[in-house]
Amino acid sequence: MTRSIELRVNGTTHRVEVEDRRLLSDCLRHDLGLRGTRVGCEHGVCGACTVRLDGQAVRSCLLFAVQVEGQEIQTVEGLADPEGPLHPLQEAFHRHGALQCGYCTPGFLLTAAQLLDELRAEPNPEPPSEEEIRVLLAGNLCRCTGYGPIVRAVLEQATCAAGADPTEPSGEDRR
Amino acid sequence: MTTLPPVSVPEERLDEGPPGRWLGRPTPRLDDEPLLRGSAWFVDDLAPWPGLAEVAIVRAPLAHARLLGVETAAARQMPGVLGVLTGSDLERFLRPLPSVLSEAIPYRPIALDRVRYVGEPVAVVVATDRYRAEDAAEAVELDLDPLPAVPSAHAALDPTLPPLHEGLPNNVASDRTLRYGDPDAAFAQAELVVRARFQQPRSICTPLECFGVLCRTDPVSGDVEAWSNFQGPFSLQVVAAQALGIPPAKLHLRTPEHSGGSFGTKAAVYPLVVLLAACSRALGGRPLKYLEDRREHLMAATAAGERLSEVQAAFSAEGRLLALRLDLVDDVGAYVRAPEPATLYRMHPCLTGAYQVAHLEARCRVVLTNRCPTGLNRGYGGPQLYLALERTMAIAARRLGLDPAELARRNLVPPAAMPYTTASGGRYDSGDYPAVLALALERFDWAGKRARARAARAEGRLVGVGLACVVEPSVSNMGYVDLASPPEVRARRPAKSGNVEGVSLAMLPDGTVQLRTTTTPQGQAHATVLALVVAEALGVDPRQVQVRAGADTAVGPWSISSGNYSSRFAAVAAGAAWQAASALADQLRRLAAQDLGCHPEQVLLADGHARLVDDPERDVPLRRLAGRAHWDPASLPPGVRPGLSLTHHLAIPDLPAPDAQDRANGSATYGFLCDLCEVEVDRGTGRLEILDYLSVHDAGRILHPVLAEGQVHGGLAQGIGMACFEQLAFDPDGQPLSTTFLDYLCPTAPEVPEARTVFVESPSPLTPLGAKGLGEGTTMSAPAALANAVADALEVEEVPFPLTPEALWRVVHGAEG
Repeated sequence: MTRSIELRVNGTTHRVEVEDRRLLSDCLRHDLGLRGTRVGCEHGVCGACTVRLDGQAVRSCLLFAVQVEGQEIQTVEGLADPEGPLHPLQEAFHRHGALQCGYCTPGFLLTAAQLLDELRAEPNPEPPSEEEIRVLLAGNLCRCTGYGPIVRAVLEQATCAAGADPTEPSGEDRR
Repeated sequence: MTTLPPVSVPEERLDEGPPGRWLGRPTPRLDDEPLLRGSAWFVDDLAPWPGLAEVAIVRAPLAHARLLGVETAAARQMPGVLGVLTGSDLERFLRPLPSVLSEAIPYRPIALDRVRYVGEPVAVVVATDRYRAEDAAEAVELDLDPLPAVPSAHAALDPTLPPLHEGLPNNVASDRTLRYGDPDAAFAQAELVVRARFQQPRSICTPLECFGVLCRTDPVSGDVEAWSNFQGPFSLQVVAAQALGIPPAKLHLRTPEHSGGSFGTKAAVYPLVVLLAACSRALGGRPLKYLEDRREHLMAATAAGERLSEVQAAFSAEGRLLALRLDLVDDVGAYVRAPEPATLYRMHPCLTGAYQVAHLEARCRVVLTNRCPTGLNRGYGGPQLYLALERTMAIAARRLGLDPAELARRNLVPPAAMPYTTASGGRYDSGDYPAVLALALERFDWAGKRARARAARAEGRLVGVGLACVVEPSVSNMGYVDLASPPEVRARRPAKSGNVEGVSLAMLPDGTVQLRTTTTPQGQAHATVLALVVAEALGVDPRQVQVRAGADTAVGPWSISSGNYSSRFAAVAAGAAWQAASALADQLRRLAAQDLGCHPEQVLLADGHARLVDDPERDVPLRRLAGRAHWDPASLPPGVRPGLSLTHHLAIPDLPAPDAQDRANGSATYGFLCDLCEVEVDRGTGRLEILDYLSVHDAGRILHPVLAEGQVHGGLAQGIGMACFEQLAFDPDGQPLSTTFLDYLCPTAPEVPEARTVFVESPSPLTPLGAKGLGEGTTMSAPAALANAVADALEVEEVPFPLTPEALWRVVHGAEG
């Protein structure tokens, strides 16, 4: 069965005709042309298709498009103005060498973006440890980098978001 | 990262390296932004033709069965379905894919009358979209008559099980024993013979992006145009064209600029190109798109095969390794899909590892199982060889009462022996292996950690240290796989040798430089490195260099060895770009000399200008020279070609076809690495924790330290995955049990430690920039180093593989029970 729904993505409202069973990942990629959401497993493990739904990082391959009507969706295209500078997280990924093939990158960025926003929203945020960052990212697979540069990029930006100086070593054994 | 001064630089290399304005520096990648913003185009993002229909593949549910019928009538009636095609429908468009091993093992991309592995394609459903194609695929009914399955390499050696292929007497597709020197005499003299057996399960590197193909055919000319995330080698393009019965020039193969990882696996995309081309022809030229899903990938894409190894190593009383006898059994699955059985022979020139050993015997068997055909996976034969060889060395050290590092030191090829020819014909081109080992031991504090591990064990903790010394071959000699056939058979066939890479380079009228090659990058930032190489040679900013590294066989340049495999990029692709850019620089100097009134040798190219060496104030912008070469060819001096463009191909010398004694220099260049690690096994859970990991790597000259480190760490993560988690498991009927990422466990961020990397640079005397490959070394070393550390921690000689918590728990509690 097909129905007409309104999806709010990156601040823009789209009206789209979808089958009830249309995956959100397919709808974003193929109906709305937001190709930056990558599909890696379609069973909710690899994290490549991660988007944010009302701020929460979710797997768009485990949701139907019709389920998210009325909610605010953020994809990688919504992290930074396409004509403007990169989001600080994207910039940190670039500086730290945190991507190789880049297929998993949007998923990691959106997972980390949630953490950054949460830290900024807290009155007295505690900068996360490297171990906490690694656990946070454990739901996203990367087969190219060995994770080290991704962890360093996210740790740096999370430390900034918590109002601390990322160049100061924390209690963790940092490089 | 630390880059040390060269340890052993052949004198003649000292002045020949690049000046280093751009190379060897941590310049940021030039190709990141589209990936970071999500705008990069991958194969699933392409829609090159109108009317693209989507494909779902109906796959065999049994490992071995006669295919008596495929009922498609119901599926054809379903909404949106444009066609359902079976093997019989496609037979007239397909010939078996050629194999180097035997014509008695016909391999087609779709089954005809028998299925031989779970996931083998049996029908193709074409529909308006993938959802409808999958609906209809479920309505296709198969009539199958089950046959006994051969689910493992052990089973393949069982002569009572029926052969998978009617033309073969059993499931051993090839059985060769190759001898070098006098191993029997050496074993007779030995004071100690160590004998050990190893079994490594199937695994797969699982790029995050699965396989994808878009294809159309021209119903009149028969031309095929295909986009795919294929990674080469382009010898397989020729194989694919043969299977379609068309000349290779009629198979126009293209790859997008971006591929979501491959690690070897996407060499196996080519049978899908053949299948889609045949389907498109059957449907009057309809453009088709197929995207593999993850379940299909884990079940039926490709794999590193199961390997059974038996090693016998003969030692003198002083611990000199006198001779090796290896018995290697490699499972290639149900068919010998090209380039297999190359997994078995890729490491053949390095069977003696990093050690000086004159006497060698290797029995090499290729066996068929009812499982998906195998293929390239990072390390490609290396992890298999070194687990067996380096575990054997550690066992020998224990029996000889020696520190494993000391046993290695006594046997490593010494620098004075370089270039060193191995018993089986490998030509190790440069390096100081003992110095790399010594540096690694010092940086790791091997002696201290070894003593502390012993002390921890005395207190009941299961702590151990492990070592692996690995020679890492790169740039495959296209002829080595012919070792699978005996010399008398090879003599009747055209020889294959060497490895060719080509680039096309042009300076446009505005001074922009364009470089085209066919290195099909999958994340290694080839465009960045090639831009730096060209910038270095031409004295321009790398951002002025446009690189197109995606393949387009209609444009090229390409050769049968083109592609992204055997860690060949830094040595031959960057090398060919360097030589081409140097030739273009020569043209620019001649042009500038005319303007500046001097000899070309007096012209220096820097900062986008040609300057007089003795008077840098006198200069001419390169863009003016470029403009003249395009707009005013009448003014060009002798020796300058109009248009400032050239195509250049490079073939590293000294890579002949295997000789009559089965000696083959299987790769152009050889790096060396020494990995050391410290682990602890949790007595209660069997969990393995990597406490420290150090890799000291000599890959010749490092073109880009950050990208090089990325390759070492990425390779290590895959080595750790292979060693600790990953296995494609099967039940006794050959049903795959690891068909989701919940069952096939890849390491995640908490499981991969922050490893330390040190680069030592002893440039290759053979490659234009002195660079060697480095993408696979740590994938080869990590399983061996970790298994050695676990053996030390548990104080056992036999360790399970992979080193899963359950398997380790059984060792701990079995030993204690």
